[in-house]
Amino acid sequence: MSGYIKDIITGLKSLVVGLQITNKEFLTKPITLQYPHQSVKMYPRYRGHIELLKDTETGTHRCITCGMCEKGCPSGSITVKSEKRPGVKGKVLTAYILNFTTCSLCGQCVENCKPEAIGFSNEYNLASTRREDYIFDLLQRLHPEGVPEPEVDPELLKKELEKKEAAKKEGAAKKEPAKKAPAKEGGASKAEEKS
Amino acid sequence: MNELIRLLAYMLGLAAFLGLNLAYLGWVERKGAGHIQRRTGPKDVGPYGLLQPLADGLKLMSKQLLIPANADRPLYMCAPILIMVPAVLLFVAIPFGEHLVPREFNFGLIMMFAFASVGGLSILIGGWGSGNKYSLIAGTRAVSQNVAYEIPMLITAINIVMITGSMDLNEIVRQQGSYFWQWNVFRLDKSILMPVSFLVFFICSLAETNRTPFDLGECEGELVAGYHTEYGGMGFGLFMMAEYANLVIGCSLTTILFLGGWQCPFGLFPGPHWFLIKMYFLIWCFVWIRWTYPRTTFWGLLNLSWKYLIPFSLVNLLLTALFIKVF
Amino acid sequence: MSTLAQSQLRETFELNIGPQHPATHGVLRIKVVMDGEYIDRAEPILGYIHRMHEKMGENRTWNQFWPNMGRLDYLSAIAYNHCYAGLVERAMGIVVPERAEYIRVITAELNRIQSHLLGFGAYIMDLGGFTPLMYAMDEREQILDLLESVTGSRLTYCYFRFGGVYNDIDDDFITGTRAFLKRFRPQIPMYHKLVTGNVILMDRLIGVGPVSAELCRKYGATGPVLRGSGVNYDIRRNEPYSVYPELDFDIPVYKECDSMARYMVRMDEMVQSCRIIEQALNKLPEGPVMAEKVPKSLKPPKGDYHYAVEAARGTFSMRTVSDGTNTSYRMRLRSPTYSNVSLFEEASRGMLLSDALAFLGSLDPVIPEMDR
Repeated sequence: MSGYIKDIITGLKSLVVGLQITNKEFLTKPITLQYPHQSVKMYPRYRGHIELLKDTETGTHRCITCGMCEKGCPSGSITVKSEKRPGVKGKVLTAYILNFTTCSLCGQCVENCKPEAIGFSNEYNLASTRREDYIFDLLQRLHPEGVPEPEVDPELLKKELEKKEAAKKEGAAKKEPAKKAPAKEGGASKAEEKS
Repeated sequence: MNELIRLLAYMLGLAAFLGLNLAYLGWVERKGAGHIQRRTGPKDVGPYGLLQPLADGLKLMSKQLLIPANADRPLYMCAPILIMVPAVLLFVAIPFGEHLVPREFNFGLIMMFAFASVGGLSILIGGWGSGNKYSLIAGTRAVSQNVAYEIPMLITAINIVMITGSMDLNEIVRQQGSYFWQWNVFRLDKSILMPVSFLVFFICSLAETNRTPFDLGECEGELVAGYHTEYGGMGFGLFMMAEYANLVIGCSLTTILFLGGWQCPFGLFPGPHWFLIKMYFLIWCFVWIRWTYPRTTFWGLLNLSWKYLIPFSLVNLLLTALFIKVF
Repeated sequence: MSTLAQSQLRETFELNIGPQHPATHGVLRIKVVMDGEYIDRAEPILGYIHRMHEKMGENRTWNQFWPNMGRLDYLSAIAYNHCYAGLVERAMGIVVPERAEYIRVITAELNRIQSHLLGFGAYIMDLGGFTPLMYAMDEREQILDLLESVTGSRLTYCYFRFGGVYNDIDDDFITGTRAFLKRFRPQIPMYHKLVTGNVILMDRLIGVGPVSAELCRKYGATGPVLRGSGVNYDIRRNEPYSVYPELDFDIPVYKECDSMARYMVRMDEMVQSCRIIEQALNKLPEGPVMAEKVPKSLKPPKGDYHYAVEAARGTFSMRTVSDGTNTSYRMRLRSPTYSNVSLFEEASRGMLLSDALAFLGSLDPVIPEMDR
């Protein structure tokens, strides 16, 4: 009988303690951040989608189109398009396509990039109704006003032009003996057939 | 003619009171839940979220009323109406002020309990008529809960009837004197266990209105949403409104029987404002309790009633009878 | 009465606790044959979120497999990172600098606290109390903010690398963590007062879902499930790794074998994790956070390697067979939830349905980890 009464009293006490705690919480200020009206604090290391970083000296990106990011991506989200322009050392980046729908923000691309051309951005406000909006061209995003043409090095251009000329002459010289050689060989085989 | 005008005025007044309450008790609950949980409740729709019930009502009314294929059509469609009608009907007998009663019945208390039982039946009808195993289980649980908790409620009410000698609700309030130590909850000269009686009645109201921690019928995490799983749109809206209407009835009954109804605690200005203050304080207690405790098990619920509440109320009944006879 | 008549009297019906359910912590389907309110037989059906992580292990290079480790058990991702890093470091013989080891332990224990907070909150919500979840989420947000300032992610961490960690922690993190510990320590007694001591909750948890130590051994259950049944087994003590041997902490073990014991193990583990973090912060040495000369394209020597860690849910271990190329031949992930949930079938016979769901919640399953 005393156990019965004791049960009831401890039970009731625990219930009252619970009510006291919720009462205290009711009287404290809420901690909600009213999101659209107040903005969220972003940390500098936050991993948004990657972006081409602007080099302060040259005013453009540092990408050398080696493709290590493309090879290192587990999901195949990156496509690097480049072409060779006359007078410019190395290849020129024409488009850097990131398919953000398959990106898992692992950071392999950022780590593998030797010239540190890409880094994480701070964007979290990406909402859209179409899948195509998530296929970013990072070069366009870096230079929305228009991609600047790369500097043409005049000496390099002269050397390339000279190389081209030299290669053309070699090609022309090779063609003439090549024309004779097949004729000779054809004659030799015919001679063999005859004999 | 006068009587007709009076009745019409009361009906309009009650309709307004009821409508406002049913809509805005939801707001009170959500705001209370928010602040208890360290967040704000609804905030954007109107100042302090006050237009939220309007938005909710519009949303519910604009939804398509789907009737599941293997539901029992008459039962399915009757249940929300059947649960709403008794709750609304009972407001006729509640004394808001000394002369502010729509109609004084001299069997007011019995009428309350009779109509409250119909509410329990309609839960079962809703659960059965949905044609869903989950709803059926929930409906049967709700009925057995309702039956188990009506008994201590009735026994405790008999206490009050014995003390007062009448079942008229206004008479019960009049007999409790003006000052708060003369209210029934503190009247230890009638029975030493009167506060315990009040507690028993309060717990039974919690269980009768299907509120946490006794809400096994409705918002189960286990069985999706209980007896109103299959209801959408305004059918669901009616169930929610009926729950709040039952809540108001339960709290008003507790106020009338134990806390002195429209009496003022210091004998100054009795009136309907005191009734409303006490009723809303009890409603706030219901909301507070809901957001603090988890749900009991079904067996725990029945144990509480049959092994704890009923013995207590019976003992109290005997004690009250003894005290009345002797003193 | 003849048995035929008896079995005809006893009508059972089948209930599907479907993949979409508020209380199954993910997409788990349980086909339950019920006799009134009691469970006759329960059959968990898996595979609704099988994403073939083990096959991906065979097709990706060692470096490319990193994102997968954050997506298995998303609540305990740092422990999974730790296991993978330890595995390949063991295979290649890479030595991790001290500072990196301590940083790994600090972040892993913060992650453990966060996972237990969510598990506790979601469990009490299943039982009907919505408020403790909100309080737990508040504390969890503080931890997530701390970890975000260091790693950059809030949930699916990809922070460890072979030979250390990706970037170093700064003073803001250290002061922030100390402030968090100071705020968090008084909250646990508050939870005990609000939740654990509550008579309604005690009625719901005590005696529910008894799982004996033999049953745990039969199915290979580990973690809080095993420690709630009286067996003192924790990878951090039994097969020590990283710098855990140098830190002083207790392993909570409860003998009652019911849901309350498992719940108390988790609450006590949170307190012990606070102790570990504090000691690690005090002992944090200076130095590099990445080993030198880790090759970019890894080719571990041929062989069979194994590494186990204590994740929030139990023992997570990985076994890999390497054939000397830059992808592995076979990557085997042993998830703790798979073994824990396989207890459900045998332990739930004859239980009430609501008790069975309380039992499932106390096992703290995370279904994507179970299905891999």
